[in-house]
Amino acid sequence: MRAPSGTGPEVAVGDVLLSVENVSLSFGGVNAVSDVSFDIRKGEIRAIIGPNGAGKTSMLNIINGFYHPQQGRITFKGKTRAKMRPHDAAYGGIARTFQNVALFRGMTALDNIMTGRTLKMHTNFFWQLLRFGPAMAEEVEHRRRVEEIIDFLKIQEIRRIPVGRLPYGLQKRVELGRALAMEPDLLLLDEPMAGMNLEEKEDMSRFILDVNDHYGTTIALIEHDMGVVMDLSDRVVVLDHGIKIADGTPDAIKADQGVIDAYLGVAH
Amino acid sequence: MATGTGAPADTFPKLLIRNADLYGARPAMRHKDLGIWQTWTWAEVLELTRAYAVGLSRLGIRRGETVAIVGGNRPRIYWSMTAVQMLGAVPVPVYADAVADELAFVLTHAETRFAVVEDQEQVDKIMSVMERLPRLEQMVYDERRGLRDYDHSRLHPIDDIVTEGRKALADPKVGAWLDAGIAAGKGSDPSIILYTSGTTGASKGVVLTGEGLINASSDTVAFDKLTENDVVLAYLPPAWAGDHYLNYCQGLVAGFCMACPENADTAMADLREIGPSFYFAPPRTLELLLTRVMIRMEDAGYLKRKLFHYFIGIARKYGERILNGQPVPLSGRLLYGLGNILVYGPLKNVLGFSRVRVAYTAGEAIGPDLFAFYRSIGLNLKQLYAQTEAGIYITAQPDGEIYADTVGPACPNVVIRIAENGEVQFKSPGMFAGYFKDAERTAETMTPDGYVKTGDAGFFDEKTGHLKIIDRSKDVGKLNDGTLFPPKYIENKLKFYPNIREAVAYGDKRDFVAVMLNIDLTAVGSWAERNNVVYGSYQELAGHPLVYDMIEKHIAEVNRSLAQDKVMAGAQIKRFLILHKELDADDGELTRTQKVRRGFIADRYDPLVKALYDGSKEADIATEVTFEDGRKGTIAARVKIRDMQTEPVPAAMGKAA
Repeated sequence: MRAPSGTGPEVAVGDVLLSVENVSLSFGGVNAVSDVSFDIRKGEIRAIIGPNGAGKTSMLNIINGFYHPQQGRITFKGKTRAKMRPHDAAYGGIARTFQNVALFRGMTALDNIMTGRTLKMHTNFFWQLLRFGPAMAEEVEHRRRVEEIIDFLKIQEIRRIPVGRLPYGLQKRVELGRALAMEPDLLLLDEPMAGMNLEEKEDMSRFILDVNDHYGTTIALIEHDMGVVMDLSDRVVVLDHGIKIADGTPDAIKADQGVIDAYLGVAH
Repeated sequence: MATGTGAPADTFPKLLIRNADLYGARPAMRHKDLGIWQTWTWAEVLELTRAYAVGLSRLGIRRGETVAIVGGNRPRIYWSMTAVQMLGAVPVPVYADAVADELAFVLTHAETRFAVVEDQEQVDKIMSVMERLPRLEQMVYDERRGLRDYDHSRLHPIDDIVTEGRKALADPKVGAWLDAGIAAGKGSDPSIILYTSGTTGASKGVVLTGEGLINASSDTVAFDKLTENDVVLAYLPPAWAGDHYLNYCQGLVAGFCMACPENADTAMADLREIGPSFYFAPPRTLELLLTRVMIRMEDAGYLKRKLFHYFIGIARKYGERILNGQPVPLSGRLLYGLGNILVYGPLKNVLGFSRVRVAYTAGEAIGPDLFAFYRSIGLNLKQLYAQTEAGIYITAQPDGEIYADTVGPACPNVVIRIAENGEVQFKSPGMFAGYFKDAERTAETMTPDGYVKTGDAGFFDEKTGHLKIIDRSKDVGKLNDGTLFPPKYIENKLKFYPNIREAVAYGDKRDFVAVMLNIDLTAVGSWAERNNVVYGSYQELAGHPLVYDMIEKHIAEVNRSLAQDKVMAGAQIKRFLILHKELDADDGELTRTQKVRRGFIADRYDPLVKALYDGSKEADIATEVTFEDGRKGTIAARVKIRDMQTEPVPAAMGKAA
């Protein structure tokens, strides 16, 4: 890859990028997340795991500003907040992919990834309608960035194909591309490998590691495939029934009795 | 061909200098990068490769040594070849998809100290077999991605090498040294070592000389009237002799532009964008393209579909004759012209064939229907016969003398003879200098009087004077009455029918030829649907009497076509059966490249083979099969056998030679 690598941000793993403090979220009487605290450090790959219904996606939605926790505080890039809208999160540098692919199915892979650049467009709507002058210059620049991502994810051959016609594994890759197009500080991946075959999983793992290495992007991911989680992540937080039951390196998690119990379904 | 000043260029670096002189500002290389086609002119390529060569020499590459080049169709991979050649060293290209083991073999055998590789994947592969490569000192790579954290004491990006070379070239003495080195290169020096894939035993390194390749290329460039205005898309592996010769050698000789696809999967789209004027595709690729077109036509609207089929019909009637310059009635010409506007033109455009002047196919037999289809829509598709050991071309069809079942007459300056045992032997200008470090096998391949044995059996067609290749000569057997029996030739003729998926022919040391067939479930299934034939499984459909009737008709046609060749007439099919299961690579019946393993199948289906020859009308068989998930099971069946009528054999029986 060209430009971003050498000149890319040299990220020192260590500074806290995002911290979640005593966050609770309930829907009616159901506690989705209760009193959970953890942090995500710059440049790391952080996994959130747990059995079904453990509150993982809720947690992601809280970070993302989609849900508003009833209690607790979230500090992102040094700013503490109680409430945030998803578009604030997007402006703030948080991008995400979804458990079920959420792309514009009728649009090409290229156009889908271009939508990730929307927030970075500065010329106004009318200039863009005219597609002339500064709007054109800006579009060319954005297109260049998008092409770099296409090259990075090796999806040149599907550039012009409507996303709805692509196999699932490639759709996931396009979705990752769109998130990358936002040049996020924090990338949230909700089950990036769900429903993939072994080869697709290997490819996706490679891309996640490359994104982390190459763009220095901090990544938080939810994933069910334990092998993948343990290989990819620097630190893992484990949720069960909305409660944090463990937090640590993959090796520590593997040895944690509470985690083993939660996964094997010991009575609570 | 225009030649430069002074002595004719006999090495590729000298040709590059000549091209920069003659066509300096014309495009030499194109590559799609980040969605945009980048172009380098001949002058730019010369400047770049000179700097690259100097950089490589600083790394320690010396005259006469070998340098492995592992990668796909990327400009820097091709420039690596030229840069290495400039230093008088010998490039050894290796297939990018070679597994680590093969890589280790080639690098060890070729004794390379240096390797130029495309990306991290190749670096990883080589690292994984490093302990087997004690000689390997330095690696140079094209794509930086993922390699940042690697130990860079023995690993260098090509860009850095070029930059360093540029810096060094600021000193005029360095430039003079390089020029002297290029001038000192002799045409008789090895230019490249191409490792053959080696269907039998370990692969062999075919050593080709610059002079040989350039002489042969000059002949074929003149033969096909290629000029500096032509464009090719290099999409087949650079380590394959075909790509090396057709694109690299011919490109440098004729001065035409080589375009590299964006990546391996975009070749089809890139083809359309580039619009090459010279094109090569193996029959399988052509078949794939046609299938895609046909599927898309089935999905098209009624009017479009009707239009398409009507004009394809017209094309089949007149297209080939128009292309061959034969007389065609005016009405036919007009209809074809209309078809060209409405169907053939747009179709060729979609396929990227709009500007193709000369297209070749080779490698295996091509179905006559497939061949005729492309020719009928106006693509000048021809066949050639080639071998790595020959430099490449042995025969090629000249314009206007095109037949689906021949490979054409000998190329200019190539001498061909048919040996006693039916084997094709040749002498050619591009002929190899020998196998690298393997005098024994070189001697085995050469005849005492200097011909190269191809290992293929063939004969010259009486009507056309063209060569026909029938099979590997070691596979060609004889019936008990002495008739030549080329199994693959017969199998291919059968497989050209869409209803027949696989065919296995028997006849060596037997009284007559008998075949076992697999039907194509898709083709026959759709036929069954249209004809109200009810079936529950492959086995049931394969045994259906109406299916047997249909296949019998196909075989009768094959027999008629065999009877037309004096040599083949005795090898008509007398009995056949349709197998109860599909031949499968998982059961070891096919190779992974989908070739039938005749001997293995004969053992496995021994009762059936016996029954084919003992006159029985049906036979029982039980075979073990492996399912996709690895479980094993048994399929038992009673298979029917049918007798065939054969065509009368012309007077003189086709005894081989």
